[in-house]
Amino acid sequence: MKIYVTSVMVDDQAKALDFYRDKLGFQVKHDIDLGGGARWLTLTSPENPGGTELLLEPSGHPAAKPFKEALVADGIPYTSFAVDDIQAEVARLKGLGVQFTVEPMDAGAVWMAVFDDTCGNLIQIVQMKG
Amino acid sequence: MKYLHIVATMDPEQLNHIFKALADPTRRRIIDRLRERPGQSLFELCAGSVAEGMPVLSRQAVTQHLDILERAGLVRVEWAGRTKLHALELEPLRTAAAQWLGQYLEEGRDG
Repeated sequence: MKIYVTSVMVDDQAKALDFYRDKLGFQVKHDIDLGGGARWLTLTSPENPGGTELLLEPSGHPAAKPFKEALVADGIPYTSFAVDDIQAEVARLKGLGVQFTVEPMDAGAVWMAVFDDTCGNLIQIVQMKG
Repeated sequence: MKYLHIVATMDPEQLNHIFKALADPTRRRIIDRLRERPGQSLFELCAGSVAEGMPVLSRQAVTQHLDILERAGLVRVEWAGRTKLHALELEPLRTAAAQWLGQYLEEGRDG
């Protein structure tokens, strides 16, 4: 068994595509119309095109909104991505207008920062130490 | 007796809440962290604790400790967008110290 896809629940798939593709820099892998306005929309990292896909999943379920809001209220990221140089990545994303809720900080085995994905989630980026 | 003029009228219950809040090492640790960096979310407080070389603080534990600190008036909540941040409120601490500790700290000092 392999992990081939992981998901982030987004308020609006079109807006999410703008953010995850045009700001974060991921590439579209699959974009399939599922009917009813929903798409099977996945992206991969250009650094690892054959790697795990990120599914931008519509957060239409009634339980999704309170769940996401509760995570954001406590500052808890929905998911986490790895970067080689966190300071450079934070500077790049800020240049694109991305809002950070946690500036780069020491979190033990990693340096980490947290930003707002504009689709109802906080997202963590980490740089492994050593 | 020179301190008496600054003794505020803190009710005994809040005085209890404050000294109870201070009686726990984890809550004092949270106070220390918030002093170093004001305006932290629950997540940030927990994540930061990983790098401190002390036992890592769980979200459940920090949530409960923050509630107690808030009830004592020592922590206030601010919202940054939709995220709840916590900051120290030092005035009740000063008042409590002046009202109860102060009398003993001064005693015998002025002869």
